[in-house]
Amino acid sequence: MHGLTYEEFLSQLSGFLCGYYVLIATMNGLFALYCWKRRGEGRLALAWSGLGLVALILAAMVASGNPDIVKYISFNEGIKGFIDALMSPTTYSLGSLVILLVMFRFREVLVRPNVAWLGLNLMMLFMGLSMADSDFAAIVTKPDNVPIVGLIFLLAFFTWLATAKAVVNDKRIANGELPLEATESEKEKVLVWPDLVYTELICMVALTAFLLLWAIVLQAPLEEPASAVKTPNPSKAPWYFLGLQEMLVYYDPWMAGVVLPSMIVAGLMAIPYIDYNTKGNGYYTINERKFAYLTFQFGFLVLWVTLIIMGTFLRGPNWNFFGFYEYWDSHAVEAMNNVDLSQYVWVKGLGAPLPKPDPEAAFLTKVMVIAQREFVGILLLIGYFAVLPPLLAMWDKKRLFQPMYKRMGLIRYMVMTNLMLWMALLPIKMLARWMFSMKYFIAIPEYFINF
Amino acid sequence: MPSLGDIIRNSQIWKSIFRHPAPVDRRNRVVVMLTNFFLHLHPVSAKKQGIALSYTWCMGGVTFFLFLVETVTGVLLMFYYRPTIEWAYTDILTLRDATSLGILRELHRWGAHAMVITVWLHMYRVFLTGSYKPPREFNWVVGVILLLLTLLMSFTGYLLPWDQLAIWAITVGSNMARATPFLGYEGPGAQLLTVGGIDMITNASDARFGLLGARFVGEETLNRFYVLHCIAIPLGVALLLAIHFWRVRKDGGISGPM
Repeated sequence: MHGLTYEEFLSQLSGFLCGYYVLIATMNGLFALYCWKRRGEGRLALAWSGLGLVALILAAMVASGNPDIVKYISFNEGIKGFIDALMSPTTYSLGSLVILLVMFRFREVLVRPNVAWLGLNLMMLFMGLSMADSDFAAIVTKPDNVPIVGLIFLLAFFTWLATAKAVVNDKRIANGELPLEATESEKEKVLVWPDLVYTELICMVALTAFLLLWAIVLQAPLEEPASAVKTPNPSKAPWYFLGLQEMLVYYDPWMAGVVLPSMIVAGLMAIPYIDYNTKGNGYYTINERKFAYLTFQFGFLVLWVTLIIMGTFLRGPNWNFFGFYEYWDSHAVEAMNNVDLSQYVWVKGLGAPLPKPDPEAAFLTKVMVIAQREFVGILLLIGYFAVLPPLLAMWDKKRLFQPMYKRMGLIRYMVMTNLMLWMALLPIKMLARWMFSMKYFIAIPEYFINF
Repeated sequence: MPSLGDIIRNSQIWKSIFRHPAPVDRRNRVVVMLTNFFLHLHPVSAKKQGIALSYTWCMGGVTFFLFLVETVTGVLLMFYYRPTIEWAYTDILTLRDATSLGILRELHRWGAHAMVITVWLHMYRVFLTGSYKPPREFNWVVGVILLLLTLLMSFTGYLLPWDQLAIWAITVGSNMARATPFLGYEGPGAQLLTVGGIDMITNASDARFGLLGARFVGEETLNRFYVLHCIAIPLGVALLLAIHFWRVRKDGGISGPM
């Protein structure tokens, strides 16, 4: 409990949580007003104001700081235990992928203002109910983690905004109309002074006010003076690199820390040169560029952002996985019996010992022995990167890959497919690790080449 | 009887700075964009859709503004901070406990976090509106480099408070460099680079050593990161920002349906 009793923890937290629920109440009140006055939805307005009232009651309850009252507005141990037991690297990663796919599939329903508003309320309510848990609160309110909480809400908002605009445009395009951005009234030119300059000025003032408030409320972290002998556990990179640190679980440092980040940068730069689709230039659309859209969302939301969230909130001491409400126990031990593919092939498959290169032998002899030992992994890798793309082009004649190949030519097609396959390799490696305890597809410790 | 405002606006000093009347009519709203140095980054007019807040999210502009905030607060912080092991931590303590306007470091740190987030959101918007498509391919590439430099600025700044959080985050982050293929002493291929049986790539000559200036995060690293953070990377960013903004204008203006 970090040296605090639960009562002390609550008394520290109650002021903040009370304000948080008052904020939810205010938001719902304003939204109810908007529904009623602007959209003419009287009943919904009533429902949202009802929710606002409930939030006010919650605010009053939490303001009491009394554990006997607060326990009614926090998840009980059963629910928390259930959520923690459900969570593992596998369910977390696959779960976020599935959730995003479901959201994509039902985007037309989810972007409706009232549905999206309900989603925001649920998100905020989940945060509020969870905050009464001291382990959850300890991680979320760490000063350097606060921006990530902000990032989650900002991404949710902007993804909603962009999807809502794309849904409208896609409907218009399906009806043979122009996207909203291309209509005559929108293409009309206006003077930058005042129409843009004032917007910028207001943004600057609002942002300055926001930064000042943030700086006054939250002090920048400063821990003990640096000591080269006292290693903190866990040792974490800055939050924006935690996706890369998470990759260290599945890849060796030369891949996770050097090759893959370089490929991310190179891949991002390559986007304009491999996306030959001329549609969707300068307006929000999904249907006109589904493949590019889904690929990017997979890379950005699923691989980059969710791994950062996992690295920040769910990875504790020794980089072990902890559920949202679990105490970060530095003595927790996770069994790690990971096996290389060559072990599977030789020892389990062929019943033979692993071929061992003679350390005194000539360089080429050693390489030959190692190649023999790792032949399955090497073949798999060659097949994956070199043979799979042509196969895809031959097999998928109509929809994606063959038209792409024809349009792009061999080199660009191979670059594009290889970049995608590199992206896909991370979840493949994750699954192989979790399901088959697979350590390396190719293990050449002699030359620091483990893959 | 002329009002005080009129006297000021008709004075030689005022007129030497602002060479046209207040931008209240159409003509002077055009002139102000052309004659003011800070405003001339903008075009005189733009498509209504292209400057709509719900379309651009203003994230590029916000990122640029945060860069300016970081520059100003950063310069102020440099007055109070000495990048040596002896003083770095105590200077931060003094800054926190004894300096007036004690939220300088907070503004700088939270501004930096916010900048990382807004630059991602800017990239997100540019992708979702397909604004990287021709003729803006190259400006997207410049943007990717700027995003990378933003992360590196934040990363190098992380070390400067010289507390436990700082050195261990940088240690974890920079440990990767020793596994660089060929150039890191634990990287694949490094042991092939030998001259007469002597390794060329050792822990005192590899990529990580070049980054840290030593075999571990120490005094030399602090100096190196300080220079990178305060001078080298911001200069690179400033140059690329100029190119980025210039190309926005040259590649067809604020994005919109082509």
